Amino acid sequence: METTTSDPTAEELIPPDGGTMRRVPFKRIREAASILFASRVAVVGLAIVLFWVFVAIFAPLLTPYTPLEQDWKAPNQGPSAAHPLGTDELGRDLWSRLIYGARVVLVILPMSEHYWLPGGTALWGVFVALLAGTTLGLLSGYFGGWLDEVVMRLLDAMMAVPIILLFLIIMAALGASAVNVVIAITIVGTPGIARLVRSLTLDIRTREYIRAAETRGENSFYIMFVEILPNARGPIIVDAMLRVGYAIFAMGTLGFLGLGMPPPSPDWGSMVAKGREFILEGSPWASLWPSLAIASLVVGLNLLADGLREESMRYQ
Amino acid sequence: MKTNSPDPLTPPVLAVEHLTIAYHTRKGDVEAARDVSFRVREGETVGLVGESGCGKSTIAFGIVNFLGPNGIVKDGEVVFQGYNLVGRSERDLKKLRGDRISMVYQDPMQALNPSVRLGEQLIEVLTFHQDISTTEAGDRCVEMLKRVHMPDPEEVMRRYTHQISGGQQQRVVIAMAMLNNPALLIMDEPTTALDVTVEAAVLDLLEELKTDFRTANVFITHNLGVVARISDYLCVMYAGELVERGGITEIFNRPCHPYTMGLLSCVPKLGESKRDSILYPIRGRVPPPPARPAHECIFAPRCNFATAECRQARPDMLTVDAGHSARCIYAREIDSRPRTRQTKRRALQVEAVSRAGASAEELLSLDKLKVYYPQESNSVVSLLGVGEKKFVKAVDDVSVRLAKGRTLGVVGESGCGKSTLVKGIIGLEQVTDGDIEFLGIDVTRSVSDRDTRLIREMQMVFQNPDATLNPSYSVGKQIARPIRKFKTVARNQVKDEVFRLLRAVRLSGTYYDRLPRQLSGGEKQRVGIARALASRPDLIICDEPVSALDVSVQAAVINLLLDIQESFGSSMIFIAHDLSVVRFFSDDIAVMYLGQIVEVGPADAIYTPPYHPYTEALLSAVPIPDPGAEQTEIRLGGNVPSALNPPPGCRFHTRCPRRKEMLPNGGHICEREVPPWRTSGKGHRILCHIPIETLNQIEPVVHTSDA
Repeated sequence: METTTSDPTAEELIPPDGGTMRRVPFKRIREAASILFASRVAVVGLAIVLFWVFVAIFAPLLTPYTPLEQDWKAPNQGPSAAHPLGTDELGRDLWSRLIYGARVVLVILPMSEHYWLPGGTALWGVFVALLAGTTLGLLSGYFGGWLDEVVMRLLDAMMAVPIILLFLIIMAALGASAVNVVIAITIVGTPGIARLVRSLTLDIRTREYIRAAETRGENSFYIMFVEILPNARGPIIVDAMLRVGYAIFAMGTLGFLGLGMPPPSPDWGSMVAKGREFILEGSPWASLWPSLAIASLVVGLNLLADGLREESMRYQ
Repeated sequence: MKTNSPDPLTPPVLAVEHLTIAYHTRKGDVEAARDVSFRVREGETVGLVGESGCGKSTIAFGIVNFLGPNGIVKDGEVVFQGYNLVGRSERDLKKLRGDRISMVYQDPMQALNPSVRLGEQLIEVLTFHQDISTTEAGDRCVEMLKRVHMPDPEEVMRRYTHQISGGQQQRVVIAMAMLNNPALLIMDEPTTALDVTVEAAVLDLLEELKTDFRTANVFITHNLGVVARISDYLCVMYAGELVERGGITEIFNRPCHPYTMGLLSCVPKLGESKRDSILYPIRGRVPPPPARPAHECIFAPRCNFATAECRQARPDMLTVDAGHSARCIYAREIDSRPRTRQTKRRALQVEAVSRAGASAEELLSLDKLKVYYPQESNSVVSLLGVGEKKFVKAVDDVSVRLAKGRTLGVVGESGCGKSTLVKGIIGLEQVTDGDIEFLGIDVTRSVSDRDTRLIREMQMVFQNPDATLNPSYSVGKQIARPIRKFKTVARNQVKDEVFRLLRAVRLSGTYYDRLPRQLSGGEKQRVGIARALASRPDLIICDEPVSALDVSVQAAVINLLLDIQESFGSSMIFIAHDLSVVRFFSDDIAVMYLGQIVEVGPADAIYTPPYHPYTEALLSAVPIPDPGAEQTEIRLGGNVPSALNPPPGCRFHTRCPRRKEMLPNGGHICEREVPPWRTSGKGHRILCHIPIETLNQIEPVVHTSDA
């Protein structure tokens, strides 16, 4: 943190040079990084998350196989030189399937067979939920009154349905596809984010800088999105990281239940489900690796969020 | 230390010797207090004053070793009744705390457990330290509550914290502290959270308890007025060091450390006005612990007397008189020494502005303004919409006028409606009834319905420096926003205009890119002022702009506001609870009580008789930073009545000390009829049943030593 060296009293405040400006490039990014690296927990979390992002982005370069390539002669094998993590029941390379599976979660969102959007399914889900939840939370918190009542009671009703059940209902209704997973994650995530943003808004709107904005006649949307929202970003970012973790969990669950990505595509949840049958036959590899992948990624995101929260609290 | 105490042979109850306290942080140990020594004897109050961050509270906690997990006593001794407390086990200390040593903190709400009856909390203090039965303890608690002048003590024992007022809560905390008849009482800003009339009553009580119980008191405060009233000895702290120590009158009459001198000359004395005196702020600010010079005088960077010699070594305490010493190498001759850096004296020509203002046109006029808040109730009757609606009458029937170029001060205790009044004016609260005319236009509507051209003519400066700026945006952006919004200047000149405004509030251009958290409280307040000035308003409303600031910074901000008024010719409404500051700053003053103005007039007329009985009580309670000052003792009984159900007739009649003696029939009329306005001289009006001739005969409340 920077400390100011200047004097608040009259004559001292204007330095001899008349006060030239001194800009520090990327100051805010550097500050954010310094908070991040101050916490060992956050650094460990970041390392795990970055590992998965890295293998997902460079998946085609990190393996000679495609995730769909089958080797009939070598099904259900343990780790070997040819297949570092082994193969599944159809002889597909588990390492390839694992890192291509990570792509869908973290790096690409398949829209149809030929088109995809950058940014993984879990990230898109959380992002759209953030947009919806933040807007609803800001509106409820800032305007209050009947609008708040209506929005909050509706969201309460949604939160009353168990999450897994809600996922199943949505996916059963929409059908299994990456885009529908995004929609499901959005619907499930929105109420929680809205509640968080609303409570932050209720606090921030009582501050005097909001009074100052009101006394210069700013409109409500300016106050909500320009004056309030940036000051709520810390808790929202931490919450979003946790939510990406939940979304990965949810994708795993849906895949496991057969409601995730359509079958041949590499999907961690369905890999666990398929490989489950062979655990007792002596080949636990097919379900072990994707389970570990989900767990490590979720734990990594949680560590990152916790570390950030702790550090940012300390600096406040 | 040699003192001229009545009995110099009694050993001190508490002797703090060369105490150094540090906190462990990641960046290494930070010394919050360094080499502090003082003594407290029986029946004596030692005041510890200094600005925030000077280590006052650290010393208080250090005495009982209550420093938290990362605080340690690095050096020195704390000898309590011949027994060194440093290094004692937690169990030993626990026996002492609450028994032989008691503490009273700033916020009584936090000192009392809200979920336990007050009686149980009091009894526990006795039964924990002594082997007595609960009933006996209960009786002693009731006795003690009587001693602190608690009305109806048996009833109070059965109540919870929230059921009694703030002043009463502090009395309970003091009673709790005195229960075991402690030898040492440490008070950390015990009256800071209280209103001035309540504060005066609590200080009276402390004075009384001191003589009765012969307790040794350590009284920590930032308020020089309070310390002048309560203390026998004074220790002035600066940046973790004790810079001056001595008898209260000696220090106030002849301060020997430049910091003490600075502190005394930057608060306005009651009765001083901007026309006849100037405030001298202390340059700079208290350095944070890591930035404190280790081997030179700690005050040298801000000192007006500093020479090269001051930067050679850290000065020792230098004895000036018996019992009076200061940590300054020039302490003995400071009066006659030349200032190496003269604070520029800025003779304000407010006189001219104010005179012109008297004849100038009217800017703002309020007529019978009412702001009511509907009281929400969950009863079935009100849910159905039948039954009587209740209102909190925050502002009721207020009429006042403000001429161009003049300053209207609004004073009153918390809850009197002064903030609601200005929120009504600026349009943040819906006005229930009445008229507000501003520049000849009716502005009763709320701010969102007002015309932009109107909005820009009325801007506000807020109280809390930490909340006045949006933490997410740089200073430059926040000042530029109103300029862009109101199109004060052409688009391509916005940046120049921001720099011009920064210069106007005496901040350099380097502040343009800073974020609010990189600024000190005073700097934030300056930026808030610059932002309010950006639209070049005719009227600036200042809602307690200096009450959250340290005194040295407060003086600088007041001077700045005066300069701005002089150069921009703006009118101001200035709200404050500090009567000295309001007097200093304002041309006209309105005194508010329970939503109404009870007295209004030119500033000097308010502070001399005739007074409204409430104004008289306020003036007699205000702490004056002058131990020689004498004030007539008028203390208000009872609590401020609820604004939900204000008393009929005169609102002040329930607490009025004057009506019984000054009105026939014991002032019965006050309970039934709304009082008339009594006029005295030019523009001075008093809302009271007592005739003006009788009010004229009241003696002035305040006599200062030099008057």
